[in-house]
Amino acid sequence: MTALPAASPKKLGLVIDLDICVGCHACAVNCKEWNSGGHAAPLTDFDAYGAKPDGVWFNRIHTFEAGEGAAGRTVHFPKSCMHCETPACVTVCPTGASFKRAADGIVLVDEDKCIGCKLCSWACPYGAREFDSQEGVMKKCTLCIDRIYNETLDERDRVPACVAACPVGARHFGDLGDEDSPVSQLVAERGGYGLMPELGYTPVNQYLPPRPSQARAGCTGATALPVDDVTPARGFLRWVDRLLSR
Amino acid sequence: MHPAYSVIFFTSASGGGYLLLALLALFGALGILPTDPVLGVVGFGVGFVAVTAGLLASTFHLGHPERAWRAFSQWRSSWLSREGVLSLATFVPAGLLAILWVFFGRTSMPLAILTILLALATVSATAMIYASLKPVQRWANGYVLPNYLLLGLASGATWLALITAIVLPAFYATIVLDWTAIIALGLAALGKVAYWRFIDRSRSASTPESATGLGAIGKVRLFAAPHTEENYLLKEMGYQVARKHALKLRLIALALGFTVPAILVFLAMLVSGWAAVALLALATIGNAIGTLTERWLFFAEARHTVTLYYGSEAA
Ligand code: SF4
Ligand code: SF4
Repeated sequence: MTALPAASPKKLGLVIDLDICVGCHACAVNCKEWNSGGHAAPLTDFDAYGAKPDGVWFNRIHTFEAGEGAAGRTVHFPKSCMHCETPACVTVCPTGASFKRAADGIVLVDEDKCIGCKLCSWACPYGAREFDSQEGVMKKCTLCIDRIYNETLDERDRVPACVAACPVGARHFGDLGDEDSPVSQLVAERGGYGLMPELGYTPVNQYLPPRPSQARAGCTGATALPVDDVTPARGFLRWVDRLLSR
Repeated sequence: MHPAYSVIFFTSASGGGYLLLALLALFGALGILPTDPVLGVVGFGVGFVAVTAGLLASTFHLGHPERAWRAFSQWRSSWLSREGVLSLATFVPAGLLAILWVFFGRTSMPLAILTILLALATVSATAMIYASLKPVQRWANGYVLPNYLLLGLASGATWLALITAIVLPAFYATIVLDWTAIIALGLAALGKVAYWRFIDRSRSASTPESATGLGAIGKVRLFAAPHTEENYLLKEMGYQVARKHALKLRLIALALGFTVPAILVFLAMLVSGWAAVALLALATIGNAIGTLTERWLFFAEARHTVTLYYGSEAA
């Protein structure tokens, strides 16, 4: 059924910290790796080693510049399905292949029903759906349903592949429907927001804005002295220093 | 948006086809057209062929055409599904009407009304597929639905004038059909001009700033794209026609599609016999070329919000 279920209390999604993201693409690469063998597999590639590589990815990392001069910022910007609360990608689907789960709000495609009309990808404002022209069906982020509920994995690994991969901790996964969850508190604390609110899709995923930049660098704890002026105060190093300084 | 030829052909052919069926039903029920069997065979025949060819063409771009039957299931929420259901439903009253007309030389008011309503509903559903897509501001507006209906009416009326001129030469009520075509062509042209004025003067509420939420820092521009080559999103949603080409194509669509055909239909009223048929045939050909051009532009000029993530300044 492509009609939307009643709003679920549980809203699983991602919180992405734009202050921390370094734009390394590790999340996208791990997403591709996991999902090439996961629920929506394969994630077809074309001409992968040729001049015009192309393929299906669920997560893409853009980099933007905002503002001018000293006040300007370079912001790395990962983007994947927002698992919207009112996703038109679901309601436009003529076959019932696209659906939003009542239990946790995850938006999925049933590939056995999909006729590959592509209309859902037109209806998504965020470009979160990519058509697999080899399989003839639409593909999208599953929020790693095959990890987050996977009891054969260690409990700490039951997070989406992108979250598991992020080397700087810029990605958080949790229940944004629960006000007390760590992700909801992070959003409240940092003024997190959804993208393109004017379109009314009410994305579940939230972005944490970059913190204001510092006008001057603070103390980092490193010494300000040139290294060769440093004389070890005592012990073996002091003896070596004196020996070499002769 | 990428203009897929199958969809362009589908909306042009089936739009004209459904409105031709509706006009036949209307003029038949009002007694303006006689329930002549040859007119019935040719008129309903052309209508059904155009509609069927359009519907078949619309399945060509599917990834899994063999599953197309599934598209009839979600009419509660999906305009594409509603279009599918309505398009088939129209065959029932229109088919019965054609049988009555051809074999029994009669028409039926209830069947005619049903045919007209379902034909209009089908074309409206097609329009709503586009008009309901919020990420494309150039589609999600009040001009699209009347445009689709008027374009279908212009084609259907021109085809009907031509068919009648061939099948029933020296038919007394030709003038009604010709004027219907002229007025429909004129209204379609006006609708198109109004649409172009609207898209030239308005913008999507979405901007690079709202797409990224970084507007508080300042103006947002793309620094590095996520990938070096075109992906599905850019091929499908990133297609844009150059503005100078778009202006030329608009003129071609307007002139060939509506203005010249309207003049030709008018001239056809002044002559008779094969001269009139020739003029009406030219009008039909011009209208077809113009309509296909307009359909192509409808896609090529449309901009999707996803392009905001790839360096577009407006959607
Ligand atoms: S981000 Fe796009 S694909 Fe994901 S739920 Fe929202 S509209 Fe649908
Ligand atoms: S491409 Fe598949 S999932 Fe998307 S709208 Fe069409 S049938 Fe539904």
